[in-house]
Amino acid sequence: MRSKPSEPSSARASWALKFGAFGALLFLHVPLWLIFLYSFTTDESAYSFPPPGLTLKWIPKALENSAMQDSLFLTLRVAVLATAVALVLGTLAAAAVYRFDFFGKDAVSFMLILPLALPGIVTGIAMRSAISLLHIPFSFWTIIIGHATFCVVVVYNNVVARMRRSSPSMIEASMDLGANSFQTFWHVVLPNLSSALLAGAILAFSLSFDEVIVTTFTAGNQQTLPIWIFSQMLKPRNRPITNVTAMLVVLITALPILYAQRIVSRASDSEGGSK
Amino acid sequence: MSETAILFKNVSRHFGDVKAVDNIQLEIMDGEFFSMLGPSGSGKTTCLRMIAGFERPTAGQIFLYGQDVSDLPPYARPVNTVFQDYALFPHMSIEDNIAYGLMIKGVAKTERLKKAAEMLDLVQLPNVGKRKPSQLSGGQRQRIALARALINRPKALLLDEPLGALDLKLRQQMQVELKNIQREVGITFVFVTHDQEEALTMSDRIAVFSAGKIEQIGSPADVYEHPATAFVAGFVGTSNLVTAEVAQRITGTPRRFSIRPEKIHLGKIDQPAPADSFTADGVVRDVVYLGLYTRYLVELDSGGDLVVVEQNLKTTSMDVTKIKHQKTRLAWKKEHVSYIGDGNA
Amino acid sequence: MLNKISAFFYRRPRLTLTLFLAPPLIWFLVVYIGSLITLLVNSFFYLDGFTGQVVRQFTMQTYAKLLQPTNLQIFQRTTIMAILVTLACVILAFPLSYYMARFASPRMKTWLYLAVTLPLWTSYVVRVYSWKLILAQEGIISWAARLVHLDGLLNWYLKNEIVGGPSLSVSPTGIFLVFVYIWLPYMIVPIQTALERVPKSLLEAAGDLGATPAQTFRTVLLPLTFPGVIAGSIFTFSLTLGDFIVPQLFGTSSFYIGKAVLTYQGTSNNIPLAAAFTMGPIVIMIVYLLIARKLGAFDAL
Repeated sequence: MRSKPSEPSSARASWALKFGAFGALLFLHVPLWLIFLYSFTTDESAYSFPPPGLTLKWIPKALENSAMQDSLFLTLRVAVLATAVALVLGTLAAAAVYRFDFFGKDAVSFMLILPLALPGIVTGIAMRSAISLLHIPFSFWTIIIGHATFCVVVVYNNVVARMRRSSPSMIEASMDLGANSFQTFWHVVLPNLSSALLAGAILAFSLSFDEVIVTTFTAGNQQTLPIWIFSQMLKPRNRPITNVTAMLVVLITALPILYAQRIVSRASDSEGGSK
Repeated sequence: MSETAILFKNVSRHFGDVKAVDNIQLEIMDGEFFSMLGPSGSGKTTCLRMIAGFERPTAGQIFLYGQDVSDLPPYARPVNTVFQDYALFPHMSIEDNIAYGLMIKGVAKTERLKKAAEMLDLVQLPNVGKRKPSQLSGGQRQRIALARALINRPKALLLDEPLGALDLKLRQQMQVELKNIQREVGITFVFVTHDQEEALTMSDRIAVFSAGKIEQIGSPADVYEHPATAFVAGFVGTSNLVTAEVAQRITGTPRRFSIRPEKIHLGKIDQPAPADSFTADGVVRDVVYLGLYTRYLVELDSGGDLVVVEQNLKTTSMDVTKIKHQKTRLAWKKEHVSYIGDGNA
Repeated sequence: MLNKISAFFYRRPRLTLTLFLAPPLIWFLVVYIGSLITLLVNSFFYLDGFTGQVVRQFTMQTYAKLLQPTNLQIFQRTTIMAILVTLACVILAFPLSYYMARFASPRMKTWLYLAVTLPLWTSYVVRVYSWKLILAQEGIISWAARLVHLDGLLNWYLKNEIVGGPSLSVSPTGIFLVFVYIWLPYMIVPIQTALERVPKSLLEAAGDLGATPAQTFRTVLLPLTFPGVIAGSIFTFSLTLGDFIVPQLFGTSSFYIGKAVLTYQGTSNNIPLAAAFTMGPIVIMIVYLLIARKLGAFDAL
């Protein structure tokens, strides 16, 4: 007697298993919910639980904090620029690796994954020592150099994966029907890559927005938002403002990711057009 | 009708050490249905791709309607291709797919959608214009790929094993339809396939490929009845290749030959030899009843085996098997013999 | 005319390749690989104690400094923490992964997958910060301990030299908890993938041959999902080795590798020593990756 492999047998999941599974899930999410909770506490300086009262007054205060605003805008500018650079370089690299065979191709593919595979501290201090060796001042641009490097990896992976799933004869078909390389790129390649580019861009943006380890090493006096939050954590003033900022960061980074995942899964549903 | 459409002069294509195409001469005439037949790796697809412009010859020249196209990219050539995996654009509707070539040329939208609708009628799929490729079946997509290629009025249509993914009934149906469309549109079709039956069904002429070279070019009847080499004899139909040594004993000359199984008559052992025929005695080793015909394997006294096929015009199944292990005399007309030269073994 | 340009490049695939590959390649070689090489080279220099300058001569003395007892202790401390965190993550990840792989309906599975990966994409700093709230003396854990009258136990625990500290928020236990929390999703995903790949028929066969569920788990499931565990452990191990944020926020004055690197290159400007320290995690990770590859972890990724 054989049962179908994908049949769930929820009747047989023991309570211990469910307890363990649910517990792990709670463990993952409760801390975030607590941040949301603490954003509304009336307690000004401590993290007392349960919160003595609830209020909305910290939200406008946090939004008005100039240091927070500065770091937020800096983080946004860095993320946008780093993502833009990553989109161009990542797509070029993906196209090269996908379409051509060349000497050292495996080494290049491996190298393009290193920035995310090695611990951030390695990238951070490596860049810092190189930048100071060249006597380049640490600035907005050095932050971008660091961010763009690991953002390229994310874009590259997404684009290459998408290319590998598409039919190789589509480009040939387009050229066969009279379109030159530019027209083919515009009418056929770009529309097909669009979902991968969008997903890669969103992921790169979030990665850059959230990054703290490499940024610590490559920034001068600038503070990106994560660094600002980190510095606030070291000196426990302004706790409520930090709480609200933390909550806002969760919303800014998590929602686009959800959106990106939906795009990617919807795109893979409508792939077809070849046998 | 007798203009040369496609001409290959000393064309070769090497991939490193591998000679995918080895010094080929080929002339395809305007308006004919020309098949390139051969096993995988024989070079037929590479030749097709060189006509289309996706590969450049390592040596030699290719002429399309008198024009040397060696330096022309695919979009500048007056030919269109139907790909093996159809390569429809998944993000476009069916009618946009078909109208693509016209869109690139700058044809106005109403005009090109009208032409696309005409093509859909031609391939008998009149109502699917607004759908997406993922919503169609394999057979339907194949026809759309055909429409997309034909709308540009190419001088020649190149088809790269387009029927390979279809099941048998559908494939046979499409073979007839393709032939009809070709006659209706009147352009040259260059058709690549590994299925010899398909090639025999559809073609005006066939080129049989093996290991980068062309073994034989001819009409289906030529290729089947008079195979030039042992390869052609074996690839197209069943060959019954008789070695020189055995041939000596049967025909009196030590020349290798091939004889098609349906040309051999299975008779009684002491039957007199008909006029203008060769005979060979042997024992029936195996009998396979296949409804329409019966296939016999006869071990010759002179050495080797011959496969004989006979239509079941008279006998019932039981009678046929009675002949097993019996001695028999085989006979066939001398004119049906194909002598195989010293070409490729 | 575009057609001419297109034809020009079409005829020259190698030129086209160069155009595509050059920008990203140059960037990577110069920016990234160049930095890594600088780091390696730096580790062979040394810091002159008197002048406070980095002397650019090849020497092994900086590496020799690594062998001093205090520095060795740093390595030891960080590695032990990494091992413990990895183990805890495996234990916590298994029930959830098992449930997701075997018992969840496809719709539920999508939601669970989202629930597991969402924290990953939420800001790292924020997630670390959330534990500041939880572990604070006036925070939720103390409140819960008081509720069940276990606060005496909690205080006794904190007095312990090895795992305790002034408060949960400043203690190795605190560091441990935060690390487990942060890296848990990295462990869940590979294990869940590995579990899904085990055909149900194998488990049924084991049961059919007389094994109890516990035995089946131990003798069939565990060995088959081991590569997935190793794959997840690559993340938890490597990320713990290099992190400096968590020890900084939740640690006592004792150093971990990440913190050491940050301090040495920052305040003391002792880049050679910082570089040498960084080589530690790199070497450990390379060895770990090689072992992991042998054990088949890469196929599980």
